[in-house]
Amino acid sequence: MTTTPQAVRRASPRTRRPATPAAPDPSAGLLPHTEPVRLLDPDGTPLPARDDYPEPPVEELREMYRRMVVGRRFDVQATALTKQGRLAVYPSSRGQEACQVGGVLALRDTDWVFPTYRESMALTARGIDPVEVLTLLRGDWHCGYDPAAAHTAPQCTPLATQCVHAAGLAYGESYQGRDTVALAFIGDGATSEGDFHEGVNFAAVFKAPVVYFVQNNKYAISVPLSRQTAAPSLAYKGVGYGVPSEQVDGNDPVAVLAVLTRAVAHARAGQGPFLVEAHTYRMEPHTNADDQTRYRDAEEVEAWRDRDPIARLEAYLRNRGALDDAAVAAIAEEAEAYAAALRDRMNAQPAVDPLSLFDHVYAEPTPQLVEQREQVRAELAAAGDEEGDA
Amino acid sequence: MATMTMAKALNAALADAMLDDERVVVFGEDVGQLGGVFRITDGLQARFGDKRCFDTPLAEAGIVGFAVGLAMSGLRPVVEMQFDAFAYPAFEQIASHVAKLRNRTRGALSVPIVIRVPYAGGIGGVEHHCDSSEAYYAHTPGLKVVTPATVEDAYSLLREAIDDPDPVVFMEPKKLYFASAEAELPARTAPFGTAVVRRPGTDATLVAYGPAVPVALEAAEAAREEGWDLEVVDVRSIVPFDDATVTASVRRTGRCVVIQEAQGFAGVGAEIAARVQERCFHALHAPVLRVSGLDIPYPAPMLEHTHLPSVDRVLDTVARLQWDDQPDTRWVAA
Repeated sequence: MTTTPQAVRRASPRTRRPATPAAPDPSAGLLPHTEPVRLLDPDGTPLPARDDYPEPPVEELREMYRRMVVGRRFDVQATALTKQGRLAVYPSSRGQEACQVGGVLALRDTDWVFPTYRESMALTARGIDPVEVLTLLRGDWHCGYDPAAAHTAPQCTPLATQCVHAAGLAYGESYQGRDTVALAFIGDGATSEGDFHEGVNFAAVFKAPVVYFVQNNKYAISVPLSRQTAAPSLAYKGVGYGVPSEQVDGNDPVAVLAVLTRAVAHARAGQGPFLVEAHTYRMEPHTNADDQTRYRDAEEVEAWRDRDPIARLEAYLRNRGALDDAAVAAIAEEAEAYAAALRDRMNAQPAVDPLSLFDHVYAEPTPQLVEQREQVRAELAAAGDEEGDA
Repeated sequence: MATMTMAKALNAALADAMLDDERVVVFGEDVGQLGGVFRITDGLQARFGDKRCFDTPLAEAGIVGFAVGLAMSGLRPVVEMQFDAFAYPAFEQIASHVAKLRNRTRGALSVPIVIRVPYAGGIGGVEHHCDSSEAYYAHTPGLKVVTPATVEDAYSLLREAIDDPDPVVFMEPKKLYFASAEAELPARTAPFGTAVVRRPGTDATLVAYGPAVPVALEAAEAAREEGWDLEVVDVRSIVPFDDATVTASVRRTGRCVVIQEAQGFAGVGAEIAARVQERCFHALHAPVLRVSGLDIPYPAPMLEHTHLPSVDRVLDTVARLQWDDQPDTRWVAA
């Protein structure tokens, strides 16, 4: 800190009295850096190392690259599946690969993820079967995977509601003596919802080990960030709850993983929640059903192509000698195979059973549901008879 | 047998459940040291510690959402909404998550949460403290909704709610909290999904739940002077609903009045009246009638007696059950 002449003048009378030690600033350590943490330049050139966010091991970064490449190919394939009528809708996270993959790579398998509908890529990166991930959007059921087995909550459509679940789950786990961390994904728009604030506040009050990971992709469908907040950064929302916070360049994979690794360690060490805002950009429309030309210019989107997180990490790993043409080609091939297998499996029409509608409303169906099931069974039988007669 | 209040029975049910199952945690606003504004959680924190019974930030969506997470981790949360209308901020959590998680995940996740809601009026409460909100929950598939009208039922239904594998909205009639009765605890009365005949009768069936049950019983007593022998059925379990007991009663008596304290339009009483009419049409000597609160926002304390179903209003309605086999002139167009 530089000393200004004014500060010297103001300080001088104190020298005549016994010095009163200044009270420590209670917000110290809670506020994020004024600039997003960045460890790589957009072209992949490493920036000076920093003590607060050490660079993750190179093997982890290589694995991150692999999952990002496969993840992007998955995302492209899922968008294609909407055009073929195989998915009702798909909210893409292309451009956000560093966040999608970093968010799950920073965790153990036993940690819990609380995703939104935009986290399909993150869930596949977590190793969940992509067909099960896409069940919600394919439309044969709501959640296709087993959340308890995958330690992953159902993809959450009501905005920010998962923030409170994450606080409860994390507190419940620590209450029962387990060192589980919960990571809740959330978008910039959803930070305006009350449940975001209630979730962060509950986590803070109960010192629940939660990482709140805000992917600020600049738009809530069409509404820009300026209509969500007047705060200098979404990471400034943590200080009001006593939660340490950080902002990071969300298209810098190395920085994303470094910041999340520290946030997860903070939570696991029993120090309570941590809030991270990642500055990133959604390269595609909100979903395939959205028309982004109504709210943003093509030039704006194009400008973000220069900050592509995959190219950035690839350049860095190549320079470090951790990736070569053969490895890049092998990963690309793996991604193609992943997409091809997904396409084949999604082309099969899923079997749905109308009678299963009654199975999981309650542990045991009520008498009224039993009646309705019988009614549907009779309708199906009658329809079957008609088909048989025809 | 001992004389005790419903409030005491609810307190005993919570304590016994916490004793029997260490996964049970009780939390909400002012439930810790204070013991709840109605003292339902009185002494639980002192007895079980502040990990098992604790105060939370003042945020109802947060309380219910936190319970969802705790249930996912394997605990059995029992949360208190301080008053009926204060639960509305939690409605999204209740309707979109608590009620649906089992269904959304094909049974892989269940959230056995009990949401206790002190509800209804008759206590001179100012606005936002006296709503009858049961229909919102009963209209939401995935929730069970029960409401006791007796001291022993209060204990038994709450124990069953905490043991239940599904989320239960437990509606506690505020005006009955401090009514006493002889009770022997631990009581286990009829299970969920069971309505109970509180008073047998032959001429007409009064179907009621929660705060309307004492009104129905009082009306049935008064009706003896008019020469009517009325049966009173206490619904107890709104979801799951016991069609069999209600239907059997109405088939016996041939007449039915449904009584609820809530505003009538699109309410639980409307559902019950429709179900009775569907199932008992040929046994009915008169249309199924309803006595309910008026279709108004809950009134200010000095006006609530006009709103609340009264014994007189019940008797006036019973009088319209076409005893002389003449059409009810009230519905005949001029």
